[in-house]
Amino acid sequence: MITATDLRLTFGEGTPLENPALRGMSLTVNQGEFVTVIGSNGAGKSTFLNALAGEVLVDSGKILVDNINVTKLPTHKRTGRVARVFQDPLAGTCEGLSIEENLALAIKRGKRRGLGTAVKKQYLERFRSSLATLGLGLENRLTDKMGLLSGGQRQAVSLLMASLTPSSILLLDEHTAALDPKTASFVLELTQNIIAEQKLTALMVTHSMKQALEVGTRTVMLHQGEVVFDIAGKDREGLEVKDLLNLFEQQRGLTVDDDSLLLS
Amino acid sequence: MLSNIAFYGALETGLIYGLVAFGIYLSFRVLDFPDLTVDGSFPLGAAVAAMLIIAGWNPWLATGAAILAGMAAGAVTALLNVKLKILNLLASILTMIALYSINLRIMGRPNVALLMEDTVLTPWYKLGLEYYQVPVLLFTLVIGVSLFLLWRFMKSETGLAMRATGANARMARAQGIATGGMIVLGVAVSNGLVGLAGALFAQSQGAADVTMGVGVIVIGLASLIGGEAVITPTSVFRALLACVVGAIIYRLAIAFALNADALGLKAQDLNLITAVLVTLAIVLPGARVSLMNKFKRRKA
Repeated sequence: MITATDLRLTFGEGTPLENPALRGMSLTVNQGEFVTVIGSNGAGKSTFLNALAGEVLVDSGKILVDNINVTKLPTHKRTGRVARVFQDPLAGTCEGLSIEENLALAIKRGKRRGLGTAVKKQYLERFRSSLATLGLGLENRLTDKMGLLSGGQRQAVSLLMASLTPSSILLLDEHTAALDPKTASFVLELTQNIIAEQKLTALMVTHSMKQALEVGTRTVMLHQGEVVFDIAGKDREGLEVKDLLNLFEQQRGLTVDDDSLLLS
Repeated sequence: MLSNIAFYGALETGLIYGLVAFGIYLSFRVLDFPDLTVDGSFPLGAAVAAMLIIAGWNPWLATGAAILAGMAAGAVTALLNVKLKILNLLASILTMIALYSINLRIMGRPNVALLMEDTVLTPWYKLGLEYYQVPVLLFTLVIGVSLFLLWRFMKSETGLAMRATGANARMARAQGIATGGMIVLGVAVSNGLVGLAGALFAQSQGAADVTMGVGVIVIGLASLIGGEAVITPTSVFRALLACVVGAIIYRLAIAFALNADALGLKAQDLNLITAVLVTLAIVLPGARVSLMNKFKRRKA
């Protein structure tokens, strides 16, 4: 469970480029929820995710993960509870290391690393069986360098790495945006399967309103660093993109002018 | 051709610079941290070992102290970068400059001779080998052990975390790796190896000199790049092996260049030869590929 209360963060405070990214953002994500997050460019989606992960520290506000205050903790001290998949398929894995070495890094996420061999024999069977679920034939290529894989394959492995050890929340930052449509739908399906199978709590940022409504159990829309609406359950069922737009206009008295939100 | 003495001499220095190349591999390649501290930590290792040996310490203990001194120097560079956010290259230059004064302080004068002192080499002279073969034997053992330990370390959980830190720091952090700590550890170990090299160099040459570190970084890089041109570093083991092979080839090439009377080169041309060799080592692997492509095209 994640509780973010009144998060505020301004980039470049006191300079001409001052940019308030989060302006009192509050959100509670309960155990087992799969929340999709939408919003136009500059709405604060990525900043919010980075704040939860610890890549940026907020100016004020409080972040609780499983009732533990992580507001001031750097990224690496949160990883026992927070797992993450990046937008850039090259960012989530290490291309110079082999597939098994990447997985061995992930299996120790948030744990102490010692001087024992990293790629232990007892891991290999688990690596193979999890890679087999991807259906990409990667289970036979454990010692291949990650750099030999395509963007989609690497994103699939990133997803696997994020779910290899248990976490309180999985953060997905537009993780299908940089892939071609076919690969994107494959990775999205994989995401849904993994989240359903392991009953993960997840927060997925997306640029597509359609996707935001089709996937997950709850949808949150951000605008100018705040939550403008938050729908789940019955209210969300059968909702279409134009309903979302109406909702947004009602809430704000604004029209959505970001084409990419409407078209994608 | 080379005389026996010149040949073994080149091997001996080559093996020592192999340790330097290990250190530079760790900082430049594994951590992507251009570290010039080595120009200071090499004479630091020499100075610490020499002074402790003169003070009556066991030479192996003195060498161990030199390793620790090198590690401390590396840690200072890394901390300047990680904690004070000074650019890595600049941080290493600051430590290097500071070490010049520190080395003078340690020795109390610009150079210290180790004549008539017991060194790590002394017991090995009793084996009945030629005097110029003894350092080669001992240093081969030292570099073999170092290579094995480094290789095991790189394969360990911590070593893998270090490799991820250099290759993709954001991913490393997302996997819960304290990247700052990894940089401090890696640069410290790197300079510890260079300190060891300095300590062995002082003991085999019979003196420590405050200027002996000048250009160590270039020689180490030359060894690293040259080795990678000969042995493609597709695995950690091959990369480490390339360091040793590169360092030995480099010293042999220098020895040949200086010995070949026809070329008319003299000892003072050493740095010029180094610069030419490094340039060749960087350019040749690329040239080989483009030549092969030309050849293929003609055949087709």
